[in-house]
Amino acid sequence: MKSVRPTLNRQVLKFVLVALPKVMNRAASRAPAYAERLKQRDIVAWIGLMDGSIGRVVEIRGGRFRSRRGKAAEAEVTLSFKDVATALKFLLPGRDQGEIIHAAKNFKMVAAGPDETLVWFTQTLAMSETAGLPMGTRMPDGSTRFTTGTNGGPLFVYVKDGRILRVTPIEFDASDPATWTIEARGRKFSPPRKGLVAPHALAVKSLVYSDKRILYPMKRVDFDPDGERNPQNRGKSGYERISWDAAFDIVAREIKRQKRVRGPGSIVFPMSSHHQWGNVGYYLSALMRFANLIGFTRMAANPDSWEGWYWGAMHHYGNSMRVGVPSGYGGVEDALKEAEMMVFWSCDPESTNGAYAGFEGTPRRLWAKELGIEFVHIDPHMNPTAQLLGGRWIPVRPQTDAALAQAIMYVWVTEGLYDKDYVATRTTGFAEWKAHLLGESDGVPKTPEWQEAETGVPARDVRALARKWGGRKVYLAIGMTGTGFGGAGRGATGQQWARSMVMMMAMQGWGKPGVNIGGLQIGAPSDTHFYFPGYADGGISGELNFNANAANNYQRMPHVLTINPVKQQVPRQQLPDAIIDGHAEGYVWDGMSQEAQFAPFTYPMPGYSPIHMIYRYGGSALSTITKSGRWIEAYRHPSIDFVVNQSIWMEGEAQFADIILPACTSLKRWDIGEWSNAGGYGHHGFLTVNHRIIALQHKCIEPLGESRSDYDIFTGILHRMGLGSMFTEGGSELDWVRRVFDGSDLPDHVKWKDFCRKGYFVVPPERPELRQPVDMRWFAEGRKKDLPEPSPLPSQFPEEFLEGLQTPSGKLEFVPELLVRHAANNPDRPPVNRYIPSWEGRQSELAHRYPLQLIATHSRYSFHTYADGKNSAVNQVEDHRALIGGHRFQLLRLNPADAVARGICHRDLVKVFNDRGAVVLAADISQLVTTGVVKSYEASAEFQLVEIGGETVEIGGCLNLLTPDRSQTRGTSSMSPNSCLVEIEAWRHAATFVADRRIKEAAE
Amino acid sequence: MSKWNLIVDVARCENCHNCVIAERDEHTGNDFPGYAAPAAPVGDTTIRIERRVQGAAPMVDTAYLPVMCMHCDDAPCRRAAPDAIVKRDDGIVLIDPVKAKGRREIVETCPYGAIVWNDEAEVPHTWIFDAHLLDQGWKEPRCVTVCPTAALAAVKLDDAAMAFKAAAEGLRTLSPELGTKPRVWYRGLDRWLTCFIGGSVSAKVCGVVDCIAGAEVTLLREGARLATTTTDVFGDFRFSRLAPDSGAYRVEITHALGTASANCSLGESVYLGELRLNRAPATATT
Repeated sequence: MKSVRPTLNRQVLKFVLVALPKVMNRAASRAPAYAERLKQRDIVAWIGLMDGSIGRVVEIRGGRFRSRRGKAAEAEVTLSFKDVATALKFLLPGRDQGEIIHAAKNFKMVAAGPDETLVWFTQTLAMSETAGLPMGTRMPDGSTRFTTGTNGGPLFVYVKDGRILRVTPIEFDASDPATWTIEARGRKFSPPRKGLVAPHALAVKSLVYSDKRILYPMKRVDFDPDGERNPQNRGKSGYERISWDAAFDIVAREIKRQKRVRGPGSIVFPMSSHHQWGNVGYYLSALMRFANLIGFTRMAANPDSWEGWYWGAMHHYGNSMRVGVPSGYGGVEDALKEAEMMVFWSCDPESTNGAYAGFEGTPRRLWAKELGIEFVHIDPHMNPTAQLLGGRWIPVRPQTDAALAQAIMYVWVTEGLYDKDYVATRTTGFAEWKAHLLGESDGVPKTPEWQEAETGVPARDVRALARKWGGRKVYLAIGMTGTGFGGAGRGATGQQWARSMVMMMAMQGWGKPGVNIGGLQIGAPSDTHFYFPGYADGGISGELNFNANAANNYQRMPHVLTINPVKQQVPRQQLPDAIIDGHAEGYVWDGMSQEAQFAPFTYPMPGYSPIHMIYRYGGSALSTITKSGRWIEAYRHPSIDFVVNQSIWMEGEAQFADIILPACTSLKRWDIGEWSNAGGYGHHGFLTVNHRIIALQHKCIEPLGESRSDYDIFTGILHRMGLGSMFTEGGSELDWVRRVFDGSDLPDHVKWKDFCRKGYFVVPPERPELRQPVDMRWFAEGRKKDLPEPSPLPSQFPEEFLEGLQTPSGKLEFVPELLVRHAANNPDRPPVNRYIPSWEGRQSELAHRYPLQLIATHSRYSFHTYADGKNSAVNQVEDHRALIGGHRFQLLRLNPADAVARGICHRDLVKVFNDRGAVVLAADISQLVTTGVVKSYEASAEFQLVEIGGETVEIGGCLNLLTPDRSQTRGTSSMSPNSCLVEIEAWRHAATFVADRRIKEAAE
Repeated sequence: MSKWNLIVDVARCENCHNCVIAERDEHTGNDFPGYAAPAAPVGDTTIRIERRVQGAAPMVDTAYLPVMCMHCDDAPCRRAAPDAIVKRDDGIVLIDPVKAKGRREIVETCPYGAIVWNDEAEVPHTWIFDAHLLDQGWKEPRCVTVCPTAALAAVKLDDAAMAFKAAAEGLRTLSPELGTKPRVWYRGLDRWLTCFIGGSVSAKVCGVVDCIAGAEVTLLREGARLATTTTDVFGDFRFSRLAPDSGAYRVEITHALGTASANCSLGESVYLGELRLNRAPATATT
């Protein structure tokens, strides 16, 4: 801290107050945008000490700043400081954000005045520092090249005359750092010096200009907040345009009314992930800050991506802070150098892209192919990864994977094809597991013949695979990142399968060279130490418990803490039930320990109100929550006083709101983010991409229509509650972006001004000698843990810190001690991982009526609902939706045998149905799907019920209308959408539908 | 004079559609006078990807074929509308968006179906090799940049050098019999054009059925031996690069554990399924 004599300091403060307007006016003379801002309104402010001994009126009048002597009483807005030292901390250059936040939250600085005026004034002061910044790169054709971030990679955005011309992947220039090289088997490999982005990323312009954009605030025509609300008409009646003021007034009044009349907990914010990229605008950031300032019943998410791993696999080896999946550190180099074979099990990275990584992993897998590494693909669908790489396809029936795994392990045991030394020294419980496999404990040896009728995989293929695998250096690639996740984990047997994956690795020496879990999708040799926060690392939320803010971001980017005081939670999958039935029970997702999940919670909770208001962000629930037809009833339930939906597009359940607030896309507001950096439970998630690319997300164009940024919408509502200045901390989104920048390691490498112009920064790759160690190598070699991850928590090591795994024994447990302790009376979660057939599978009673198994995986071309529908470029991809009768139908992939048996031809419209509903899709008939299985994509953005011939069907492709809402196992909150039996038939109203559409088109 | 060519690697196309989407992005709402009229957000695309699935589980082969304007040196479209379609010195074929306005018949002239109708501007529209960008100094068309597997490559060579490269690397054009002289070349086109016969060999060993590796498999046609291969650990064998609709074949398998054989008629690719070795000769027919 500077030490200057107090009297001198008083003189400095006086000088600063006199000089302030001059500085501001100079900024305005240099930046036309700032000059415009100053013309927006006249304002009288006072800045000074609380005791009034120093202070000046600072006013904006006629587009110019002025200052004069005057009292605080004559100002609309006052900024008063406890003392000179505090004032100078705010007003002198080189501010320390930690000091500022400390002073503000302890009332050493008090900003007073009408909230909206106050925020406008402080944002105007802050804007003087950003207004003149050169943004983007000028191109020869007169366009400006900006940058942005998406769920599928960062992009260049070319803008001309206020309109987006095109988006392209970021291609590096000579000033960007060199790219890493991996040497393996005499070859050298380096990835391309550009972003290999996903199709949905490249579709972003079509999403921005989609005709489904909501451009004005709207009110449902028969919703009268002061009279008849007609909740029964939600999703039926139309909308009328209203002003932002009217919309803000209604929403703020409802929030206040809820607080006054219903009490805490009556508002729920059903938050969805991944609506847009960016650390400021993300739901765990701005929305959480907003919601915390209001107070809400938390929708407790189930670990939907992880399911089988969190509730199952984790208990064998720990990793609770990663929700039960492995880290994948060092996996790219190790696999390329050592592995002889890769087994992809419920793993299709060419479709799921390691979540956000686009095709960054694809070249690595093609290198593996060049090196002669063999591939095996275990999946009911010969998926795009199997199609590209080749190798043996083992078509397995959905939900039977655990039986196949046990039979492989049976062969390993009977033929001695496992790592006996590793099993003896690194694991516990093998004798009991072996007895189970051999049938000594239950009389049923788990032979390849035993599994054949169940899985559909010939016993001889199981033996061949087990013999080829056992004792060799094999990478087991699982799910989206190759290191866990996977559709097989999202069904009734998901835990059994995920547990089996870990147990198989335990038998094969997990962590030894070339023996690991991974699919070359994660573990690039990047610098893990360069600090830039991921989207789950807190952003601007101020939240310390429900994201990873507390780990780094809260210290690195000081900001005011926010807390949701409501302890009541409602389980996400049961939210509609909670509304309809008035009660629900769930189990928590909490990565702090392995034991946290065993505690149930119930809704409602004493002391809180049941839910009466829904503040919905986006419209994805109908297509991403199981048995989602429940949502319709919940929305129309008379107990729901008010539904507001803040959405970019008119899609999904936006049409069920009373008030619709139009949000703009991230291309029309400021943000910042790193490609594929999830943070939180996905710590170091950027290891999925080849280069760490941190992009400024420029405000490329002005918002369309009257749409506004989420941040501005939240601010507008909070103004009416006097909380706008608390929410904004006096800054705009761009100011927050700067704070994120300052809180990261970027300032050590690039100037803010240069970053604003170029728009991206590539983190230099790690030096070869410092590359991250390989996951589990430390464990295999009996050393202390050496991975660069702050997990598990120090308390979680059973013996000494960094010694052993998180399990009670510190070892890989074939029979998990924690399941013995906490689930002994739960037949669904046996400590010995018995094969329990799916409760909605081929053996179910229901299979007589609904003999086909439906699996609906993540779309290859969209990211959840993000790029689907909306007449987007993705929506027109032939392998995504088929154009029939003027409507784009989702595809249903099925085998010719199943099609012929039902008289269904290629591209026929088929009705897929069970007792839960009926959805119409277009048949895609090929040998790529095994018999008895129909495959489609979940997360349709479209939800469209039509009634034809007395029958109501959904034609948008919302397959989650058909999936069960039952948890995989009792004692867990785990969804099981891939346990879904259906029947299909050629849609008998197809001809009528097509004819109707033609008539309608002709009429138009 | 060096001219543009596009090389498509069939084995590397994974149907991701990045090229299709980037191409749509380039033209939607954008007017490039002299090159192309603005396209509507919804409509046919000038690059399309076709799919071919052969065989049966578990032996299935899928190939994808990106098809776009071939920039033919003897383009049927140009023959039909010489006033509206130009062949540039760099090999690129452009349909003049002004002269071709309203002339829907041009769409039908392309044997590759690579001309689509821009409904909004009422002009025929093709993949223009991003000539407007190349003319501004861009190094390659956008479809190449966005391709994650480098399945697409743009090369600028004189015709003799390109012909030499094509011969040396086995690059072929689509439907050469049409005489259109396309400038789009395909690597590994066999995967798109030819078929396979495959099967899985098994035998009863110690009371259970096992896959048989190392069995010798011979492919015969009209009694003549065409090829020989051995089975892998799954007992799988595959004879590739057979002409579709090429009639009757016979597969004979020998191994220390026995023999097996099968006859089939090849239309599209055939997976013969499990072929069990017997001590006595046996024949299955598909």
